[in-house]
Amino acid sequence: MNKQKPLLEVRDLKQHFPITSGAILQKQVGFIRAVDGISFDVYPGETLGIVGESGCGKSTAVRSISQLHKPTSGSVLFGGVDLVTADKETMLKARREMQMIFQDPYASLDPRMTVRSIIAEPLVIYNRRGLLEKPMSNIEIEHRVEDLMERVGLNKLFKNRYPHEFSGGQRQRIGIARALALNPKIILADEPVSALDVSIQSQILNLLSDLQKEFGLTYIFIAHDLAVIQHISTRVAVMYLGKFVEISDAVRLYDNPLHPYTTALLSAAPIPDPAIEKGRQRIILSGDVPSPDKERFGCYFYDRCPKRMPWCSCHIPPMFDHEPGHQVACWLYDPERDYHAVTMEEAVRDSASSQVV
Amino acid sequence: MSLKPNAKVVLEVRDLQTYFKTDAGIVKAVDGVSFKLHEGETLGIVGESGSGKSVTNLSVMRLIPSPPGKVVGGEAIFEDRDILSLSEKEMRSIRGAKISMIFQDPMTSLNPFLRISTQMVETIRLHNKELSRQEALERSIEMLRLVGIPSAEKRVRDYPHQFSGGMRQRVMIAMALSCNAKILVADEPTTALDVTIQAQILELIAKLSAKMGTAVILVTHDLGVVAGMCDHVCVMYAGKIVERAQTATLYAKPAHPYTEGLIKSVPRMDTSKKGERLYSIEGQPPNVIDLPPCCPFHPRCPKAMEVCRHAYPPLRDLGSGHEVSCWLYVDEKERVYE
Repeated sequence: MNKQKPLLEVRDLKQHFPITSGAILQKQVGFIRAVDGISFDVYPGETLGIVGESGCGKSTAVRSISQLHKPTSGSVLFGGVDLVTADKETMLKARREMQMIFQDPYASLDPRMTVRSIIAEPLVIYNRRGLLEKPMSNIEIEHRVEDLMERVGLNKLFKNRYPHEFSGGQRQRIGIARALALNPKIILADEPVSALDVSIQSQILNLLSDLQKEFGLTYIFIAHDLAVIQHISTRVAVMYLGKFVEISDAVRLYDNPLHPYTTALLSAAPIPDPAIEKGRQRIILSGDVPSPDKERFGCYFYDRCPKRMPWCSCHIPPMFDHEPGHQVACWLYDPERDYHAVTMEEAVRDSASSQVV
Repeated sequence: MSLKPNAKVVLEVRDLQTYFKTDAGIVKAVDGVSFKLHEGETLGIVGESGSGKSVTNLSVMRLIPSPPGKVVGGEAIFEDRDILSLSEKEMRSIRGAKISMIFQDPMTSLNPFLRISTQMVETIRLHNKELSRQEALERSIEMLRLVGIPSAEKRVRDYPHQFSGGMRQRVMIAMALSCNAKILVADEPTTALDVTIQAQILELIAKLSAKMGTAVILVTHDLGVVAGMCDHVCVMYAGKIVERAQTATLYAKPAHPYTEGLIKSVPRMDTSKKGERLYSIEGQPPNVIDLPPCCPFHPRCPKAMEVCRHAYPPLRDLGSGHEVSCWLYVDEKERVYE
């Protein structure tokens, strides 16, 4: 495990969106708990994969980290500064080192800008404000754009073209070049390969790992495809309803998944090999992901969990350290107590008494 | 996944060609596709976006918007008739009753203004004129129960937005099978769904098709889904079927360099090693406007030869129904071109 100082420390990050009703007098009637208290560290040079189903809050999580949404509470420490409370000036400096790549390469590039101006835009903005390490002339910026285009595998002769002239994979390369322009330390990649075809997906995944080696980048990589996450990540966090349910080294998570949700997720993912698929036992979860608008007093996965116990219905599990570097939020792994024998009445009584205290 | 030997052919598509007229030229979206679908079989059609897999099925369903699209050649034999030459009226009695289709996005295929009951009763009564409204409603509820919708008799009164994505796809399946369809065309039925829901829906399709004896055409880009569901697979590239085989054969011994590349470029949870580079097929899928008469894959092919640049390879049988269209499998003497 990494003994280095973490590059990014996220503590109890929460992002709640208000639900309003009423046409003229908007009244707040509740919250969507998109991200509901996540904590983790990211170490230099690693790739933290975040995996989960749609609506689990993985995209909101990275948007809160990069302050595209102001988080409801919690802290995001990056380079010794808490981004949640940082002023605009500090935030600008931090953004130089923290860039994003988005899912939809069609929506994330301005259709009226040429490739050159898209990639140069971060350089131009930071240059104008004097926030670059050393000021760049227009010609230097031009050269930098050409270098970046070549580095991500685009022909530099295409720099005066518009995004619509490129295919999905090429557009994603443009987005990557733009993210690299300011030499960031960390890149938050929000489903960068989900919109791409299989043959293009592997090109982009290879490019991202080459760039990581070359520039010593750190990634937070979001995907819903478990095989992609396994391929690219050194550590993996599994998210469900706004919370991390398990976080571990990639190898250990896939060899020995602990949380019942992780187990089900891994068994549901199809493997492209008919010989394996035929003999496979699937854990088919019943039901859908519940809506995150309710406040929950028990385990978030209780409704769908195949291994639920009465205790879980009214106690939110904390993160237990199962082994070094492998944490899981499930009462089955509480080292101090086995809850199988606890009846529903006892569980409810216990939860009521602890709330009074 | 239970294909009997000597099963009857329910649908035979021969040399289907569907072209679209655009300002830039003629797009040959489907160009000479042939396949057979047997009773009780699940046939997979895989390919990347733009390879023509959806257009193939829309052509068979006669749902190609015309203009700009047109089925310019080929036939599709279903119950001894070529459905491509039927009148629209005759086609309407087949579509939805004997051949039904489910789509990728269940929200856009359901009418948001109508209750599920209205939409299902309409479908059922259209094809079974003798049924009363009440009987059709009962049949709808029965179908919804069959696809696993809890308290179906209440939910049938709901509107589409009151269902989640997975539940909507279940409603679509219920509707598609409500007239005992012979063939179910599923066009990327789980692409919009999460993995755990995908597993539920695929299991449901497999279970119901086995129970009702429906043949399924499953269109997908996900090689994992195909591996678990299909008996036979057709791989499409640039409007043509480049390889066709039994699922096990295709994954064990892919013959076409494209199929091989496709299978190798998917990261796998079970075998791939950390830090290993993924195999990747370089380049981009071709533009299907005015394709020259050559192998469309040759610019990306690691094994391309001179002949590939000049002529389209013929289909060769490698034994036990494994067919491939690639010059590598054509005798050297026959590799001639003008």
